[in-house]
Amino acid sequence: MRFIFRTSYSQDYGLAQHNGHLFWYGLLLAALVAAPWLVGSYWTSQLTFVLIYAIAGLGLMVLAGYTGLVSIGHAAFLGVGAYTQAVLTGQGWSFPVALAASAGLSAAVGVVVGLPALRVKGIYLAVATLAFGFIVEEVMARWEHVTGGNAGLSVKAPAMFGWTASSAPAFYLLVLGVCLIVTLAVLNLLRSSTGRAFIAIRDSEISAQSMGIHLAHYKTLSFALSAAIVGVAGALYAHKLRFISPEQFGIAQSIDLLLLVVVGGLGSVHGAFFGAIFLITMPQFIALFKNWLPPAIGQAAGLQAVVFGIVLMGFVLFEPTGLYGRWVKLRTYLELFPTYRRGMFRRQKTFQKSERVR
Amino acid sequence: MSQILLSARDLSVRFGGVLAVNKVSFDVRRGEVFTLIGPNGAGKTTVFNLISRIYLPTTGTLSFDGQPIDRTPAHGIAALGIARTFQNIELFEHATVLQNLLIGFHTHRRSGFWSDLLFAPAARRNEIAARRKAEEVIELLRLMRYRDQRVAGLPYGVRKVVELARALCSAPQLLLLDEPSSGLNAEETEDMAWWIQDIQRELGITVLMVEHDMTLVSRVSDRVLAMNQGEVLALGTPAEVQAHPGVIEAYLGTIDDVSSLRREAVQ
Repeated sequence: MRFIFRTSYSQDYGLAQHNGHLFWYGLLLAALVAAPWLVGSYWTSQLTFVLIYAIAGLGLMVLAGYTGLVSIGHAAFLGVGAYTQAVLTGQGWSFPVALAASAGLSAAVGVVVGLPALRVKGIYLAVATLAFGFIVEEVMARWEHVTGGNAGLSVKAPAMFGWTASSAPAFYLLVLGVCLIVTLAVLNLLRSSTGRAFIAIRDSEISAQSMGIHLAHYKTLSFALSAAIVGVAGALYAHKLRFISPEQFGIAQSIDLLLLVVVGGLGSVHGAFFGAIFLITMPQFIALFKNWLPPAIGQAAGLQAVVFGIVLMGFVLFEPTGLYGRWVKLRTYLELFPTYRRGMFRRQKTFQKSERVR
Repeated sequence: MSQILLSARDLSVRFGGVLAVNKVSFDVRRGEVFTLIGPNGAGKTTVFNLISRIYLPTTGTLSFDGQPIDRTPAHGIAALGIARTFQNIELFEHATVLQNLLIGFHTHRRSGFWSDLLFAPAARRNEIAARRKAEEVIELLRLMRYRDQRVAGLPYGVRKVVELARALCSAPQLLLLDEPSSGLNAEETEDMAWWIQDIQRELGITVLMVEHDMTLVSRVSDRVLAMNQGEVLALGTPAEVQAHPGVIEAYLGTIDDVSSLRREAVQ
């Protein structure tokens, strides 16, 4: 068990709370940088996907996990980012410029989608974003002279300053760099007043308002920021696949993203990464275990969807804080060993709110 | 500087057929503790929500520090220097006590989105200023041991104090307390009374509160306004209001209401 004795405010808001943090995250980063030379090309590719989905997860986490606005149409922003990147790099734009444009356009679309969020919440907002997802998918399929329609669009390798990330390790490192920047930006926001305003809106709109937080402004900001981050992930996704078509950005993808943040753990940055790892590795495990199952089940179509559905239900019922919550419990267990007590994290029924002003 | 900090003139609000508040006028003087009392449903909390601009009055005007606030949006009230607590605690449940207090500092922030995103020097300075204020309040209200705990796990009595602390973090001129002692035990109510007096005397903050506990009311209030069914019954010092026949009637009923229940002595 570690006790931190703080002597200045900067320790309080620092990203690394103690040297242990610096050491372990440093080690993790070093391992990630060295990964392409350690794990082979197949896992490098999977790791690239994990990082791309982690970025998308961070985007949705800002909105759903920290601002409390659930969206079931987030694949649309992934699509907007991907198509913008594909079209712009196709016209010879440099990678960072196109990436910024993808984020910007996605954010602009996010502002428009955020408008209903100022009026509706909960299930109504979910339905509004779902409809938006369908609209964007339809636009991507119909706007043929730009998007290539259902025939799809091929994407070039990212190129900038006379350098092309054509090899898998080079592209992986590029994604790692972008992921690092996005993560730091999100962490910065969360430890400053903007992030606290998001959290305030999530937990109690009425009192956020009474604390002087402009609800419309911060909700729109959250939507725009979330869309921009997911747009960046979409741009990287396009480069990774080298070929994009509208059906990649449909409802299934949106639900995958939602699954990612819920299983990872709503309201935690770690959760976005845990969720991404889950989302990418789970199909592998399913493929692995498939052969051990009776053929009637193992070879059935839609096995993956069923397993994902069951896992999601399991998390919602038994571990609402997701894989991150599990991780915190495991860590506490190890820190306190052998004095950990069962039920330390038992959720207590706090008093019920009897009355709310609207 | 005028003596009157908050002034309500002929405030009325109607919800459908119910006239929740009917032509209520009062002035809160700078530096005093002003208490609204009255039976349940008298319209006390509604008056609070009118001041917070959560409800809009049907008729009547409100002015704060000489300026009308009838056009101020709900989120603009805090910036004027009015902070409040809620009857059914409205804290940010899944955040720590410290984070809750830091949110209280929101109106004083000096950094924008982009400097927050990069955690630029402006954001850094803002964090330090917010923490300095929060620590002051933590020390005043003795919340040290709860600083890094999540609100969701705290007992009711502590939450009540955290909510008061969060309101104080915005360094208000006027503090609205909606039933500060409800749900507290005798000892916690005692502490609350001390704090309200400290807030008034040491911090110089004007307090407007709704309260049912008459011991607390008479101990801390300078003036009391009694309401019943949306209307003003009496205004004066705690002793005057408690002795007012209309107030006694509102709380206990008249002698006529109960006379029929009285049994005559059998001859």
